[in-house]
Parts: sequence; structure tokens; C-alpha cells
Amino acid sequence: MKLELRGMSKSFGSVVANDNISLTAESGEILGLLGENGAGKSTLMNLLYGLYQADSGEILLDNQPVSFRGPGDAMDAGIGMVHQHFMLIPVFTVAENVILGHEPTGRFGALDLEEARRLVREISDRFGFNVDPDAVVEDLPVGVQQRVEIIKALARDAKVLVLDEPTAVLTPQETDELMDIMRQLASEGTSIVFITHKLREVKDVCDRIVVIRGGKVVDSRPPDASLDELASLMVGRDVDLSVNKKLATPGEAVLSVSDLVVIDERNQKVLDGVSFDVHAGEILAIAGVQGNGQTELAESLLGLREPAEGTIFLAGDDITFDSVREVLDKGVGFIPEDRKKDGLVGEFTIAENFMLNGYHQAPWVKGLSIDMDSRLDASNDLIESYDVRTPSAETHVKNLSGGNQQKVVVARELSRDLKVLFAAQPTRGVDVGSIEFIHEQIIATRDRGIPVVIISTELDEVYALADRIAVMYRGRIVDIVDPSIPREELGQLMAGVVKESVS
Amino acid sequence: MTVLREILSTSATRIFASIVAGFVIGSLFIFFSAEDFIDGIGAGDAGAAVAGGFGAIADGYSALFRGAVLNLRADGLVDALKPLTETIRFAGPLIAAGLGISLGFRVGLFNIGGNGQMMFGILWGTFVSTRMELPFGVHVLVAVLATILGSAMLGALVGYLKARTGAHEVILTIMLNYISIYLFTWFIRTPELLLDPSSTGSPRAQAPLETARLPQLFPDTYSVHAGVFLVAFAVWFYWWLMERSSLGYQFRMVGYNPHAARTAGINVERTYVAAMFASAALVGVGAAHQTLGLETGFTQSIHAGIGFDGITVALLGGGNAIGILFAGLLFGAFKAGGPQMQVIGVSAEVLGIIQGAIVLFIAAPPLIRAIFRLPALKATPALDRLRARVLRREPEDVTS
Repeated sequence: MKLELRGMSKSFGSVVANDNISLTAESGEILGLLGENGAGKSTLMNLLYGLYQADSGEILLDNQPVSFRGPGDAMDAGIGMVHQHFMLIPVFTVAENVILGHEPTGRFGALDLEEARRLVREISDRFGFNVDPDAVVEDLPVGVQQRVEIIKALARDAKVLVLDEPTAVLTPQETDELMDIMRQLASEGTSIVFITHKLREVKDVCDRIVVIRGGKVVDSRPPDASLDELASLMVGRDVDLSVNKKLATPGEAVLSVSDLVVIDERNQKVLDGVSFDVHAGEILAIAGVQGNGQTELAESLLGLREPAEGTIFLAGDDITFDSVREVLDKGVGFIPEDRKKDGLVGEFTIAENFMLNGYHQAPWVKGLSIDMDSRLDASNDLIESYDVRTPSAETHVKNLSGGNQQKVVVARELSRDLKVLFAAQPTRGVDVGSIEFIHEQIIATRDRGIPVVIISTELDEVYALADRIAVMYRGRIVDIVDPSIPREELGQLMAGVVKESVS
Repeated sequence: MTVLREILSTSATRIFASIVAGFVIGSLFIFFSAEDFIDGIGAGDAGAAVAGGFGAIADGYSALFRGAVLNLRADGLVDALKPLTETIRFAGPLIAAGLGISLGFRVGLFNIGGNGQMMFGILWGTFVSTRMELPFGVHVLVAVLATILGSAMLGALVGYLKARTGAHEVILTIMLNYISIYLFTWFIRTPELLLDPSSTGSPRAQAPLETARLPQLFPDTYSVHAGVFLVAFAVWFYWWLMERSSLGYQFRMVGYNPHAARTAGINVERTYVAAMFASAALVGVGAAHQTLGLETGFTQSIHAGIGFDGITVALLGGGNAIGILFAGLLFGAFKAGGPQMQVIGVSAEVLGIIQGAIVLFIAAPPLIRAIFRLPALKATPALDRLRARVLRREPEDVTS
């Protein structure tokens, strides 16, 4: 089915999220919708899905104007949406999830599960999804759960499929499989809108790429456009995606983690004998698909979680069971993966966030009182040297963009007296300009002789920064490799495929 | 706690609008309950009824003014000012309790145990002020400290139980209210403990000994006593603690985002204990003001519901020291002016209605916005979260 959006605009208060956006996805076309966080992609799709009402503009399906008052209308009209966060009920089977909301019923309203199973099997076979209708969703790998979402949409005869950042949770292999599925759906006439901020992916799979910036369509490009060109369009200025980095000159091991075992609240072994050393002047990247123990590793290192076995040594000092306060004071810089939850207090000002973990020392505090003058000076210095774009140090952090919020966290951590820097997903949800800046800062930290550990699920980031790559899979480090390893091999390691001969 | 936080961040305009609306609601009650109005309706004389209603409103509020601010009918300035000093005296404990409850709010704790904490402090304070003999000056100081620390200890117990067992502070404080108040009752019924030996009829506690009494500031003229200085100090202390001190900063951090606080190295559980201690200590200042200036004996009803009124003061005060000061003065004025209203035949219960309506208006921002046509709702954290829950995604960053 052909989807056309004409002159769609939507404002929230004084903020224009979508400004006169027009685009067309032909029948059987895969249209890439590329833009940074906050560019207005999600708002546009919520307008299409009936979750928001547009201020102006119209939606046409096969040249017929339509209007939706809610997702139900949109689904009935043949629009299917797969959200970034799955809308599945974990304890239900695949078949039960697929029919949720439009259950086929037999006599007296009894649920016809056999019909549901048949539906799942039919769609699964037609597209080679390989999904068992009776599997319980929570037992399935993330990639398969996503296929269940797609089956859900197809089961309601979706002719237009919107995929919102679908690859964020997938391994590189799963991403490839998803792209195969997209191509196959398109070949059968489904039009697909693929929303992402990942340049490589749109180039791989899309027929056409529409770039959105600041709520407007900037340009439309064929998939053979260069990465730098797409990045520049997305950001609005010239972007150099390569990171300039000197060869590492590793010194002695500063952080040593040995045989770390962590048991979580559900009695699962989430870390299963993790060992690694990080040397002065190197960046060790811990690559892996989300949920393979990286979060727990970071938490045990910081002292938020007590390991069941193993040791953590920082510069010869056993910090395994130290409190968070002690770990921080001993010189561990920590950039948490979820900055809004763990790294910042949104209702606090920038200055107050700078002193978040320095509330007991200079320059923030003098005696029992906050040293207001000294705090303001120190904050203004940090704002300037870390390029935080803000009207003042008294601006509330929740009013900053993701990139500037992250710069506040980075500034706070890097300005402390560090022995090691631990950064989890340092550029998640951050604009390209801020990514460049944060990467530079991390490399500068390494070059000052401070060992850096990066946890990242983004391969681009891993390759840009790492001097060595440790790959985590199911709570273990399956291998520690050189960054010269090809992407395919790294992807296989992340999926738990271990080579016979260790390089 | 999000709603609470939103209520505390209510703008000054809206608070003022709420107070006006509260008085309007109060007027309606006075109007329709006025005797002249009812008589007029009965006699079929609508004009007289309406005039009577409006007359009652005017009489009622001018009586309130006369009883709480300035008595223009008095002979001489000294007498004319007496109502104001009464308002200050009534406001003292309300302000102190409001500060305490508000401190809890800002750490994300709903302390509704003000009454119990007051009584527990009064238990200790009464022991010191009636059963110990100390020189003048020292005695009053020790009595004040005993009261404050007594209250603070009960608060700290709540914080400890919450941190240790995960029990909710609302349940804990409600239950401790009963325990504390009945404990005090038992103490004043037992001769070996705190029963006033001279009491006849219902048992009561003795008034503080002269050496332990907060001195009158204007003996024989006004009844304000040195407790106002305690309260003034508490207002300053609250401001310093919450806006300027490192400890208060940690309190606020835990209140806003306990996850980030933990990641920043703060022991969140210990902070709950410290915050409940501080919250109850401020309530204890109210307890000291309430009892240590007395010249007569008293019973367990001496708490006068100030622990609960403190909640309304805290809400109206918007979490900041000056706001709480004025909120306490307003409600103190109601207490001081109530009897005057009653004298002229307007029931003082209307003041309770006004008080309730004001808080309701502050706690129901959408309603007040609608009535006063204030600017439309801007994005609030609560709204964003609701939107996020509906859409199952993080709210988009509109500033980028």
C-alpha cells in the first residue's frame, strides 16, 4: 500500500516537533527515516498511528485521505507499528500475544486458540520467521520477540509497517536477519518505514532515505549516499565520523577484576567468572548485546551490588566490598548507562548536578554549607571547558538536550581526580556533535594515562574507541580481541559463537 | 511522591488565587447559613435575605480581622494590637510543624505523625520541666532540648524502621500517633509519673515549673512568649538546611532521585533516618512552643491537631521557609480570630472550610487553573511520565 504524508505539522506548546513534513512510501518500498534523537521522527509516527492529532496536514493511503482517532483506527486501515520497546505480554504464548485485542472466538465467545496458532504458523511459514506459536514469549530471544511483534502487525493485515528503532536491542546477526525479513515483506508489496539514527543500517536496507532534522524534512537521498554525507545532513554541518586516535601506550594494570561472580535478586548467575585487567593509558571496550551482564558488572564495580565471588583491585587496593562512597573517593569515575535515572537529578540545576557526588568536598562545600560562590565559579569553568550549551549554571538539567545532559555527567566525572574511568553507553541518545566531543574527551583521558573501560552495545563506538575489545555473552567474557577483528567475527562473538582456536 | 512534588512547586500566583478562592467558598457558606438570610427566605423577602447574607459575610470577616489582626474598637494601641500577638502565638507551633512536615516532603517522606511526635517530645519535656530542679535559664534550655530531642527520636525510629524493614512511613507514623498519645495519657494518669498532684477531676500534667517556663515577652499585656524566637530560629534553620547546607542537598537529592543519590555514593537508608529525625525535631520545636510557655496544667489534647495542620501549612507554604512562615501565620490567624466570629454569631467552622478549600485548590491545580484561566498546562514531569507510559517510550527531548 502506498503511504503519503502531506504537510504534517505538530506543536507542543511553543515547541514545533513537526513542521510541514511531507513524505511518500511507495508500495513495496523500504523508506528510511533518518534523524537524531529529538528530530521529530517519533512524533511523526505517533501522528500516523493516531496517538497524536496533527495540527495540520493529511495522511493518504493509496491516495485516499484517512484520519485516525487512535491506534485502533490506524490498525484497521492497515498500518502496523513495531515499537522500540516491545508491547508483548511475557507470560503469554506467541499465539496468545498475536491475537491480543482481536481474539478469534468460537461459539459462545470461547477463545479459538487453534485459529490463532494456524495464523501464526501461516505467517511464520510464508516469511520464514521460524516462530513456534506455543512458545512462551519471555523464553524467546529478543530477536524472535521482535518477529512476534511483526507477526502481530501482519496478522492484522498491515500493508504499511513502521519499525521504530528496531535494531537497538538486536545483535548484528539478528539485525541482518531482520533486514532479510524487511526485504521479503517489501517484495510482497508491504511498504516499510524504517526509523533509525544508524547510518549504516539505512544504507544497507533502504530504497530511499529521508533525513529529518529539527522537525523538518531536510533531504531525500539514495542508499548509495556516503556515510559522511548522511551524517552531515542529519546534523546540519560537516561531520567527520572517524575518531583521531594515537596508538595506545599501555602501562601497568590499574584495575584488575578476577573471577567475579554475581547472583541477582532472582537467583540467576548474571556474572559468571568475569576476569580482565585494564592498563594505564588504554581503552578496554566491553562489547556485547544488552543484558549480558554489563549492567551488573558496572554495578558491582561501583559497589552498588555485592559480588558472590571474586575480587576487584584498583591500583593494588582491594575495593571488592567497598561502599559506593569509598569507590568514588578512591578515584573511580563512573558514567552510568541510564543518565536520567542514575546519573542526574533532572530537577536540580547544572551546578547542583556537578556536585552530585562531590557534596562533601571542595570546591562545592565548605564546612557544613554549600560554598555558593566557589560552586558557581567551578560550574562555569566546567560548562565552558566541556562545552555544555546552556543559558546558565542555574538551568535545570531536565531542560537540556540529551547531549548536553551527558556532557554534564562527563564533565563531572572527568573533572574528578581519577584512577580509572568506567563509562557505560557514554553516547546513548546523544546527538552526533556531542558524540564527537565525548569521544574526544574519553581519548584525552586515556592519553593522560588513565585507564578507561567502555561498555557499549554500538559496534561503531567500540571500533572508534577501543584499544582492546572484551566481548561479553551471558555473564562471561568470551574473548578479549584486538580491534582489528572484522565486524562479522565480532558479531559472532557477541552472539556467543566462540572460535575453536583462540587468537 | 510526584504529585506531592508538583504541589510543592505550585507557583505564588496560584497559591494566592487559591487563598482568594478559599475565602470565596467561605463566603458562600456564611451567606447561606446566615440567620438573616434564612429568616428573609422564610418571610419571603428575597431582598432582605440577600442583604442579610452579605451583611453576615461582612460581619464575619471583619470579626476575623478584629480577632486576628487589629482590633480597631479597642481602647488604645496596646489593646488594638493584641489580636496580632495572639495570631503570632497560635502561628508558632503551626509554622514549626509545617517546617517539619515540609522537610519530610522534600526528602520524599510523608510524615503524618506530627501529633505523635509532639506528644512524645512533650512527654520528655514535661518530665524535665516538672520533675527536675535546675537553675533558671539552664532549666528552660534543657526542657526545650528534651522536648525537641524526644520528638526527633520518635521520628528517627520511623526512619530506622523504614530503612530496616521497608515498612511505609505513613503506616508507621499513623500507628505511632496512637502509641505516643496513649502513652502520654497513661503517664499523666499515673501519680508516680507525670500526674499533676494538684489536679482535681480529670487527670492532667502539671504546668512547667517557673524555672523551666519560656518567659513571657510582655507580661500581663500579651501572651506571646519566648517560643517565638525558637520558631524564628527554626525558620532560619530550615532555610539554611534545605537551601544552603550539604546535608539538605543530600536530602533533596534523595527526595528527587534516590537512584542517582545511591550512584553518587549516598547511603539512602541512613538519609531517611536523618531526615525523619530532622523533620520530627522541627515538629518538636512546635511542641516546646505549645507546652513550655503554659501556666496551667494540660492533657493529651494539647497537641491540638497541630501535627495534621502542619501538613496543610507545608502544602500551602510550597516547601520553602518564607512560604511556610506566611502559611502558618494565616492559619494561626484563623485560630486567633475564630472566637470573635463566633461571638457575632458566624460559626467558626467556616474557617475550617476555608482552610480545607485552600489546600484542596492547591492540591488540585487543574481545577484552579480552570477557574482562574491560568495559562495552559506546560509539560510537567508527571505528565511526561504519564505520556511515556501511554506511549511506552521516553518523552522526546524537545530542546535538542
